[in-house]
Amino acid sequence: MKTAVVLLPGLNRDRDMIAALTKISGTAPATVWQTDTEIPDVDLIAIPGGFSFGDYLRCGAIAARSPVMRAVAEKAAKGVMVVGVCNGFQILVEAGLLPGALMRNASLKFVCREVKLQVANANTAFTRGYQPNQIIRCPVAHHDGNYFADADTLARIEGEGRVVFRYAEGTNPNGSINDIAGIINDKGNVLGLMPHPENLIEAAHGGNDGRALFEGALGVAA
Amino acid sequence: MIKARVTVTLKNGVLDPQGKAIEHALGGLGFGGVGQVRQGKVFDIELDSTDKAQAEIDLKAMCDKLLANTVIENYSVSFV
Repeated sequence: MKTAVVLLPGLNRDRDMIAALTKISGTAPATVWQTDTEIPDVDLIAIPGGFSFGDYLRCGAIAARSPVMRAVAEKAAKGVMVVGVCNGFQILVEAGLLPGALMRNASLKFVCREVKLQVANANTAFTRGYQPNQIIRCPVAHHDGNYFADADTLARIEGEGRVVFRYAEGTNPNGSINDIAGIINDKGNVLGLMPHPENLIEAAHGGNDGRALFEGALGVAA
Repeated sequence: MIKARVTVTLKNGVLDPQGKAIEHALGGLGFGGVGQVRQGKVFDIELDSTDKAQAEIDLKAMCDKLLANTVIENYSVSFV
């Protein structure tokens, strides 16, 4: 299975994502730079975490308007799977590929810890390797992960099962509305989440709870 | 040249933890009677044009496309 990783100035989790995708897919991902207007034919495009463009203006706002994101949007419209983690989630939201907004953590503090996630929808290509409502471990590291959507949008995505991950067992680290940690688009091929599943994929990480997400997306057996 | 000022503020009902922290800090400095504080952004923009009507159209497009996130923010345009 072929993958691509989007590179932008200021991202710092790109190498983690590349390592995870290499281990799980068996092949090193293609990398695409912010000015690239074409993305090779791949099965999964990953937008890693970090602080693209220094979080200037709003987190992900400048990156979302970069040429490579227009190419990502074109691929997404064609059904290619896209996953955005942390800053990648913020970029997908700013680009309008996912609804809502990610705001400053309610605590005003950067949080770097492990949380518990409930798989709120196990019926997506990304989460088919999990059991419904399964609780998994996952690290988070962010300052602006406080998901917000207006009441109509929130009712719509909740009603359509598009909330894919929720912070569980009182571990909501950022004040996100309805404990939302990750959402998917209406077609089910674009996922954004604040936690870092790519950092929990093998024993050396102290666990592999995040691995099934990439295995599901890539259709590789566990 | 036209000089414009774009003001971006959070919509009502959107939680503003930074504004809340500033509100508490003002109270801590001894300023009594401070009600709600909401933090926003100001952009001073120079436009190489003399057509204010067109400038207003352009500035609103800039707000919709980049300067404001209309999911959570309102904006206003004025000329200085």
